Amino acid sequence: MKHLKAVNSKAERVDRATEADVVALQRTPQQPATGPHIPLGCSLVFSPGWEADRAGGTAGLCQPVERDLFDCHIGCYWPAQVPDQLNHAPNWTAKCAAAQKDWRKIDLVFP
Amino acid sequence: MIQLGAREHHRFEAAGKPFVYLVPSAAIFALDEMADDVLRRLTERPRTREELVSELSARHAQDELEDTISELARVRAIGELVAPAAETRPQPKIFPLTPFPLTTMVLNVTNQCNLSCTYCYEYSEDKIVDTENGKKPKFMSEETARQSVEFMLKESGDNKVAHITFFGGETLLNFPVLKKTIAYARQRGGELGKEVDFSLTTNGTLLKPDVIEYLADERVGVTISIDGPREVQNKFRVFHNGTGSYDVVEPKIKELLKRHRSRPIGARVTLTNGPLDIKRIYRHLTEEIGFWEVGFAPVTTSPGRGHAIPEEGYNDMLGQFRDLAFEFLEASVANRHHGFSNVKETLEEIHKGMSKAFPCGAGLGLMGVATDGDVALCHRFAGSDAHKLGTVATGIDRSAQQAFLEKHHIANKTDCSTCWARPLCSGGCYHEAHTRYGETSRPNLHYCEWIRGWTDVCLQVYGELSERNPAFLAQFDAPMPAERVS
Repeated sequence: MKHLKAVNSKAERVDRATEADVVALQRTPQQPATGPHIPLGCSLVFSPGWEADRAGGTAGLCQPVERDLFDCHIGCYWPAQVPDQLNHAPNWTAKCAAAQKDWRKIDLVFP
Repeated sequence: MIQLGAREHHRFEAAGKPFVYLVPSAAIFALDEMADDVLRRLTERPRTREELVSELSARHAQDELEDTISELARVRAIGELVAPAAETRPQPKIFPLTPFPLTTMVLNVTNQCNLSCTYCYEYSEDKIVDTENGKKPKFMSEETARQSVEFMLKESGDNKVAHITFFGGETLLNFPVLKKTIAYARQRGGELGKEVDFSLTTNGTLLKPDVIEYLADERVGVTISIDGPREVQNKFRVFHNGTGSYDVVEPKIKELLKRHRSRPIGARVTLTNGPLDIKRIYRHLTEEIGFWEVGFAPVTTSPGRGHAIPEEGYNDMLGQFRDLAFEFLEASVANRHHGFSNVKETLEEIHKGMSKAFPCGAGLGLMGVATDGDVALCHRFAGSDAHKLGTVATGIDRSAQQAFLEKHHIANKTDCSTCWARPLCSGGCYHEAHTRYGETSRPNLHYCEWIRGWTDVCLQVYGELSERNPAFLAQFDAPMPAERVS
């Protein structure tokens, strides 16, 4: 910020927390904070996946379903698609070293 | 046309520059001239963005103005007035996660005292519990103290450090149990991998050489209740026969200060009605007696009492507090120690940007234990059945605690909803409210002006320090110290 200066710790937190807030509508877009790039999920990048093609197959889609699964899992707000890997099912993907090859090993999780 | 309006804030100046304290976030921002202009105009009355830009474009470049408006909006200093109701939305009622760990336990090891201070909240006309003819034991037993230690260690949850503060009555009247409690708590703390920190408050009359020796060796933090030079101290702090206590305590305190060097020792002064010379009290206690720091608190009393501070007395007190606070500022700019502890405590809260839902930790991170092991909100309510939150034997009564938190949340204090100082004050002391209005959940409206005045002074000191010696403020980045008890 140019015209305000954060003085106390709370102000610094407010500053950091609002840094990447809705940039599209601002007059001068700000540079997003540097860090690992995480795609913002299907609602923003329109990645296909849940839908199948006309024949009911998935082979012709631009991204494999496995990729989409991970997209929902990491980047998306949608909570119900995949098990909670932080608390509930930490080893859910343990046997799946390469998704394109091992995706069959990702099993259902029963509570 | 959507109008922009200023949100809740308090503007202040320090080191010749404008600052803004935002409510309820408690964030502080330094403003440049343009941001100050925008904020002031919007505080005057709401305006549309176009109106604002055209009014100020004579003085500032238009694109810079647009940026300024965006920045102020981003930190919620200003905002769009979508509907009138949006500005008067009630504060959300957010509660801390439970079970909230206990940080400090205040043990009332006795409810007896060898002094008869006229203004005492425990004995005078405003007392809550009958300690003379009531059914509470006069001294805490070793057994109850041990149970209290177990209670503390259990309720402190994952905290690495547990603070135990001994209180009274006159704490040192039960020195034998105090010693045994410390030994027991150290042993049990060691077994459980927790550090236990001890402190006590005393009137100083019983500081005999062996007591001093013990407190120094065991690194027990000591706070002395003392009101100032002889004639000030002897006005209210008297023995049962009416004799003043100054000449008894003064040499003992000096002995303590000479021997006990392991922790800073503070004085705690009660301010009462009458000509106040706070600076003189401060000088006497620091320079002549040698205290490391001095904290002042106006007496807690119902309004009619002779020692109650009248309204105009608060103005006088504020003026003197301001002088001492600016003395503190100059010392801190020069990296010299200054012992005015009131200002330091508030600066720490300002630095962290604390925005409180509850005025203090009572009933949350701090609880008081009565001589029979009953657990209450804080030491000032220890022994009161109406303010009981469990017992050391059976633990905290979580439903009573939840009911207390529900009832006392700042969102319930409608009087506070328009006050900019509420992030720091949150309605003030429960005990003060109980004494004044007979109800702990009432905000302390009798000292609002004083709180706002004092908070403004502390903000100015903070702003000055941020400009003139920002390194000084870095000390407040550490976690909050244990809550003070008085």
